[in-house]
Parts: sequence; structure tokens; C-alpha cells
Amino acid sequence: MSIEVRGLTHIYSEGLPHESIAIEDVTFKAEAGQLVGIIGHTGSGKSTLMQHLNGLLKPKSGTIVIGETDITADGVVMRDIRRKIGLVFQYPEYQLFEETVAKDVAFGPRNLGLSEEEIDARIEEAVEMVGLDYHAIKNVSPFDLSGGQKRRVAIAGVIAMKPEVLILDEPTAGLNPKAHEDILEMVKTIHRNENNIIFLVSHNMNDIARMSDKVLVMDHGKLVMDGTPEDVFSRGEELKAMGLDVPDSMEIVSKLKAKGMDIKGACLTMDEAADKIAEILK
Amino acid sequence: MAIRDITLGQYYPGSSWIHKLDPRVKIMATILYIVALFVVDDFIGFAIAAAGLASVIIISKVPLSYILRGLKPVFLIISFTLIINMFMIKGEVLVSFWIFEITREGLRTAIFMAIRLILLIIGSSLLTLTTKPISLTDGIEALLSPFKKIGLPAHDLAMMMTIALRFIPTLMEETDKIMKAQQARGADFESGNLMSRAKALIPILVPLFISAFRIAHDLAMAMEARCYGCDIKRTRMNGMKFAGRDVAASILYVLFLAAIILQRVLM
Ligand SMILES: Nc1ncnc2c1ncn2[C@@H]1O[C@H](COP(=O)(O)OP(=O)(O)OP(=O)(O)O)[C@@H](O)[C@H]1O
Ligand SMILES: [Mg+2]
Repeated sequence: MSIEVRGLTHIYSEGLPHESIAIEDVTFKAEAGQLVGIIGHTGSGKSTLMQHLNGLLKPKSGTIVIGETDITADGVVMRDIRRKIGLVFQYPEYQLFEETVAKDVAFGPRNLGLSEEEIDARIEEAVEMVGLDYHAIKNVSPFDLSGGQKRRVAIAGVIAMKPEVLILDEPTAGLNPKAHEDILEMVKTIHRNENNIIFLVSHNMNDIARMSDKVLVMDHGKLVMDGTPEDVFSRGEELKAMGLDVPDSMEIVSKLKAKGMDIKGACLTMDEAADKIAEILK
Repeated sequence: MAIRDITLGQYYPGSSWIHKLDPRVKIMATILYIVALFVVDDFIGFAIAAAGLASVIIISKVPLSYILRGLKPVFLIISFTLIINMFMIKGEVLVSFWIFEITREGLRTAIFMAIRLILLIIGSSLLTLTTKPISLTDGIEALLSPFKKIGLPAHDLAMMMTIALRFIPTLMEETDKIMKAQQARGADFESGNLMSRAKALIPILVPLFISAFRIAHDLAMAMEARCYGCDIKRTRMNGMKFAGRDVAASILYVLFLAAIILQRVLM
């Protein structure tokens, strides 16, 4: 299954004095099994774009074709779309509401109208997949968990719906370094297990560089770059002009290159950079 | 329609004559206007009241469509009042079918009541449309301050109001976010019977209350950290001054009220 977005434009509060064009003429394509990283300055329209992908927002113009279905067409059944596309919001822990973790995670699958056995199986699988111990945690109140644990439970609530496309809007925002790493590991695990399309919105260039197959760059509501991490991050000057950055490893490599060290290719991760530098220094 | 697009009680940024008026003048004018609406009891009276309102709207430069948009949520109440009054009042029967009858008196009262409600809502929303929430509460505090002598905590009341007004948009945003998050998990708020719809609200209300308490707690901490509540005489950054235009507006307004009263006495 692939996703094709064409000419997508959205205006908030159209016709009111505070109307604002949140995204404008966005066009891109994501192929099956890709992990797509999305970066952009605050307010550049990333979250708005993501909310269109599962039909929470209706565009002013443009189309979104997911698999065979155009979800912007009239008469599409929203429930079918939400079943296919899971969206985890920024700070998803604020959506928890049930008495126990198990009940909260069950909310999504239950709304899909699955059987009780199927629901139970999915809860357990989802909770384990986000790296929590299901039997230890299932009867705990979600409000008694730590910030990082709450976030995982909230993500499990969406994964339990087994979406073919999973959107994670800044899943690591506001977490400590350990929890940050854990969440990224979790994203990799989910991607490996489900082989779905994952959209990962992040402000952290290191994460995007090492996780993504494809990177989209948003600036003031427009999609300004669309390519492999190597391509996108090789345009460091342009990114910096938009208030963005390049991964630390590429920054170091480009400084060393400027000093005359002959390093070949882009180094998306620190390990890669370290290896290449060690190679030269040997 | 997104929750954010509800315009009732919101400020419409502008720099018109009405926007610049002293909030105390606007608050008093609004209160008196509401009283006047209940004094008026015939079409000429309502015509004068409506003409007054219309001129204020024109001067304020707030688009009429924007104001009418704010009427939408109360449309139900207005139609309800209209229907109740139309059928419930006894008198000379105009039309009758089955057990219902519409009387001349009923129709008259119903129409007047509806006009009164509409003018009342537009009139009071004009106050919030043209006055920043902060100046509004400053104005209320100033108007209440004579009662401080008898122990009314005017400043605290005004502070509570300021905070409440300040956080309405925040809570609306929060509601919007939570609704979307639960919709993304397949929640359905639009279909089903009354019972299942009420149950569908739980996934919104629980997180919303938790957020509200969190926000309140954070705010209380921040206020305390800045020594709010210590018994200090506070002054304002932008004091209110009664300017020439306020005098002019007050005079015009008194003339307007006089016209309404005179019309009522003479007719
Ligand atoms: N519900 C809304 N109503 C009106 N305007 C909105 C709404 N949500 C977002 N906006 C505006 O749309 C623009 C894009 O916002 P969006 O949340 O998509 O940005 P973002 O790239 O996700 O930012 P961040 O990195 O801070 O999450 C911003 O200018 C924002 O103020
Ligand atoms: Mg965002």
C-alpha cells in the first residue's frame, strides 16, 4: 500500500479574522514499508498535514489517496480510514482516561467492533510491543505511571488497532534521554514487526537521519524538500536558513572536511562518522 | 465547525472608536441597554433600540456576519422561547388546530420576546467583541470598587474573571485536541442514541478535567512564585483614563436612553 498526497491545502478558521494558511499545495508520495521522517520549524504545518492523513481534518483542496481509496472524496467511511491509519498525537498521554491500562488500550480495538478474544490478544501484543510488561501493568491505573510509561501506553492504544500506516507526531517530545532512546527503539521494533508505513515527526535531526528512509521538510506550510536523508541533510545551509539543523555527525564531518580531511559520503550517524574518521586516521 | 470557531464572547481585534472607549462606559452602557430592552414594549421602541445597536455595530466595524455567527449556538433557545410563548398565552384565538391554539397576545409576546433576546445577545456580545478581556475585568473591578468598603473582594473577583476568560480559549483548544485524539482511536461522537452519546463523552471529559486541574495547578504555582496574594497595593500598567470620547459617548448614550423612556411614557 502506498500513500499519495497531491496539492493539499488547508486553511484554519477560513473567513474569520484569525484565519491562517496552515499548509499549502503539499504533494508527496510514500511507498509501502517506508519510514518517513518529517521535520520543520514550529508552526510549519507538520501536525496539520498529519491530521489530514487520517481524515481528522478536511483539506480545502487537494487529494489524499491511500492504497486505492481517495479519503478526501465524499462518502468515504471514516471508520475504515481510521482503522487503516493510526495517529498518535503530540503528548498522547493526555488522552488516557480509563481506570486501567488494559481498558485504555482496549478503547481503540473496541471501537473497531472486534471480538473480546481478539481485543484481549491485541492489547497484550500492543503493550508488549511498546516495551512494557503486560501482566505487571494491565491492572494499574494509567495515571499512576511515569511520563515515559504513559506515553507508551498511549502509543499502545493506537498500535492495538493494527494500522497499516502509523503516524507518530513528536513521540519523544519532553522525555528524558533514556525514555527518548527507548521510544525510538520501540518505533524500530514496531516497524520491523508490522512492516507498515510509519510517519515520524521530530525536531531531532539525529533521530530523523538515522531512522528515516525518506525525509520531508516543511517550511511555512510548504513542502520544501523531499528526498533521502543523505540528499536532504546535504543541503545544510538551506536547512539552517529555515531554523533547522543537520545531524551532529554531519556537522562534525563537514567541519573536518573544511579542515582538509578527506571523508567520503554523508555520515548520518555518529557511528558511521567515527568509523570513517578512524579509517583515515589509521 | 471546529470548536475554535465559536465566536460568542470572543474579542474581535480592531481600533474603532467603540474599541477605544473606556471599558467602564461600555459595561454601564450594556447593563443599561439590557434594562432598557425590558422597558420597551412596542414596535417603535424596539425600532429605536435596534437602530441604536445598529449604529454601534457600524461604528465598531465588526462585520455583521461575524456577529450573527455568534448567534447560532443560542438559536435553539430563541426558537424554544418563541414556540413556548406562542402556544402558552391565553387570549383572542387566531389559529387553532388539534389541542394547540395561537392567540393574538401569544404571538405578540412571542415575537417581542424573540426580538428582545436577539437584541440582548447581540448587545452584550458587542461588549466582549470590542473589549479586550483584560480591560473588561479592569472595568468591572473599577465599577465594583465602591463596594470594597462593605467587604466585597473586588480585586479578587476581577482576577478570577480574568483567569476564567483567559483560559476559555485554552480549554477549547484542549477539548479540540482530546476529541481528535479519541476520534483517531475510532471514537464516534455523532451517532447512536442519547445514552451511548453520553457515554461517548467520558473519553473527552476525563482527560479534559485532568488537563484543567493541571493547568490550574501550574498557574497557582506560578502566581504564588511571584508573590501574588501578598497584601500589596497593586497598580496597573495601563491605567484607565476617562477621555473626551468617553464623555461624548456617555452624552449620546444618555440621549438614546432618554428617547427610549420618552417613547414609552408618551405612547
Ligand atoms: N486548531 C487550529 N486552529 C487554528 N490554527 C491552527 C490550529 N492548529 C494549528 N494552527 C496553526 O496552523 C499552523 C501550523 O500548525 P501545526 O500545528 O501544523 O504546526 P507544527 O509544524 O506541527 O508545529 P509544532 O512543531 O509546534 O508542533 C500554525 O501557524 C498554527 O498556529
Ligand atoms: Mg505539531
